[in-house]
Amino acid sequence: MKRIVIGFFLILLIESARLEAHAFLQRAEPSVGSTVQTSPSEVRIRFTENIEAAFSSIQVFDASGKEVDKRDVHLDRSDSALLHVSLPRLGAGTYKVVWRVVSVDTHVTNGDFTFRVAR
Amino acid sequence: MKFLSLFFWLICAACEFSATGRAYGHGFAGARFFPATLSTDDPFVANELSLPTVSSIVTPDGGGTRDTEISSDIALRITPKWDIEFGETFITLNPSQGKAVNGFDNLSIASKYEFFENDEHEAVVSLGLGVDVGGTGSKELGADTFSTWTPGIFFGKGFGDLPTELRFLKPFALTGQVGIAIPTSASTRSFTVNDRTGEGEVEIERHPDTLELGFALEYSLIYLQSQVQDIHLPAPIDRLIPLVEFPLEIPLNRGARGETTGTINPGIIWSGKYFQVGAEAVIPINSRTENDVGFIAQLHFYLDDLFPHSLGRPLFGGNK
Repeated sequence: MKRIVIGFFLILLIESARLEAHAFLQRAEPSVGSTVQTSPSEVRIRFTENIEAAFSSIQVFDASGKEVDKRDVHLDRSDSALLHVSLPRLGAGTYKVVWRVVSVDTHVTNGDFTFRVAR
Repeated sequence: MKFLSLFFWLICAACEFSATGRAYGHGFAGARFFPATLSTDDPFVANELSLPTVSSIVTPDGGGTRDTEISSDIALRITPKWDIEFGETFITLNPSQGKAVNGFDNLSIASKYEFFENDEHEAVVSLGLGVDVGGTGSKELGADTFSTWTPGIFFGKGFGDLPTELRFLKPFALTGQVGIAIPTSASTRSFTVNDRTGEGEVEIERHPDTLELGFALEYSLIYLQSQVQDIHLPAPIDRLIPLVEFPLEIPLNRGARGETTGTINPGIIWSGKYFQVGAEAVIPINSRTENDVGFIAQLHFYLDDLFPHSLGRPLFGGNK
């Protein structure tokens, strides 16, 4: 048992240089479940891991299920864990953000949340 | 133990130098992350390592015996939906009167196949078969000399599909298992000498088939923050998953029918990137189970996150 424990932690050390993990939503703008007073110009989601932009997406839907974002999902220039998508001017209502991302070690995660525009 | 050690090193050697490829997560169904539960098995096929799980409780045996256990379990995927699991437990029995004994329990081997997953409804169902291999544990400890096979079904269901009006209930999830433990020996005989008469006596211990039930109800603050409402919880609270587990055993025959034992285990899990830590109180449901409140605590590693290019990958069929 002792050898197994030592072996495990040795491998952990060897692998530590390339550790990545599942990307969870860390924070979003507009924030999850929030109400904003005016239309935001974009949705930004920061994840807990660096993201592969080519295999990741953010979509924003209105209450009728119509996609309203500008379909220009892109990584932040200075932060590989921050994903943006631009929005047109939104009217009052509830919007659903659906995201799916692939972290750089190829783990796939997804999720969704809503925000409300007051006016 | 030699077999376990050899297997570990073979897996390490094979995987460490294998080709890189696509890796998949464990404990996910759609947007739902399910942590590994401590007292009941979860439905997920995963590469994971519990090292160690420590528990201690006073059992009714011999007028009250403190049972302290330190165990390790490793699960490795053979394919993305099929895994094999090995477990070993070191037990110390410290009776209120008499000498303490310790040693290893029987080796447990199990395999699980995840045959249903619905991401939209955050649902997973698996079938599994486990065996406690008789005769591999310590005789002094009284480890069974016969094997016990346990086929079972495992499930997990997140409540993320509840309507918006009930959004603060969405972080709830339920996992569970239903299995029947079938010993390969219906009874064992032992010969003892009566202290008063000096005559030899035969004791027959019956081994009933047992219905094993386990449920875990959990409330994920991770899910609350990322899917429902960001209430700006600070770290490390934002990664907590309070839960309560209900492991139950119900003998079905051989004179023990209805002698249910079980515990209610409220606790908490903190889930990080590469590992989780959890602790639960172990509260017996009746005096037949235990005499006192015990505890269980666990350090659990997500091997697929730690070693996504080697030990964390399925051995075959890297695609989901």
